[in-house]
Amino acid sequence: MTALIFFIFAGLAVFCGINLVAQTHPIASALSLIGVMGSLAILYLQLGGEFIAAAQVIVYAGAIMVLFVFVIMLLNAGAEGTSLQVSRLAKYLGIFLLAAFLGLISFVIQAMLPKTEGVVFGVFQGGTALDFGRKLFTVYLLPFEVTSVLILIAIVGAVVLARKEI
Amino acid sequence: MPNSVPISWYLILSAILFGLGAAGFIFRRNIITVFMSIELMLNVMNVRFTAFSYSFKQVDGHIFSFFVMVVAAAEAAVGLAIILTVFKNRATLMVDEISSMKY
Repeated sequence: MTALIFFIFAGLAVFCGINLVAQTHPIASALSLIGVMGSLAILYLQLGGEFIAAAQVIVYAGAIMVLFVFVIMLLNAGAEGTSLQVSRLAKYLGIFLLAAFLGLISFVIQAMLPKTEGVVFGVFQGGTALDFGRKLFTVYLLPFEVTSVLILIAIVGAVVLARKEI
Repeated sequence: MPNSVPISWYLILSAILFGLGAAGFIFRRNIITVFMSIELMLNVMNVRFTAFSYSFKQVDGHIFSFFVMVVAAAEAAVGLAIILTVFKNRATLMVDEISSMKY
């Protein structure tokens, strides 16, 4: 069951990722990115990251992608015009070379990692909001405060950049 | 169908999606799509953190993913403001037409 869910959502993520790169219209790419993020949220849940799965859906798929879609609509961004000039040799050879490269990467990752036990849903239960918050506000308190300063800088920067005069 | 998934499959998935994001960053010419490819690359690294977090049975990896999300949110706000400004000044979104630093 764990493997079945992994294959379904990993396949969906890869499909949506390919669609993101292949589509010419930004709205189609944005919807594909939302698909990738939703599938990855399921995989986080499978790995025991309850809080991070919820944050993925709320922050990434909710907030950031709404901002993207908002900007696409605001700028009335259309599809890209004429495509890049790609030779036919590169187009067909590229698929095989890409497959070979991915196979090599997979082999290296498989060979490098020690043979540990696989992921089973429900084994690791330390990713709840309780455990997460306890660690975040004790061990990682200083980085957490620094990120609040970062967010403040980003807000001020966005307001300054979006003024009329620039 | 095996009942467990090896950790390495998550890493391979993350590598494939990162490659797709890098390809989109290079091949796309619309600045918004380029920016979305960057978001994709940031996001799939979280899969890696979460997988190692499972492997070590520690919650620390989730906290790193959380910080990546915070940085991505800040980056999206500033980046989209930059895109708005560029569009206001140049009236184009194609990255190969925006080739000079100063107007």
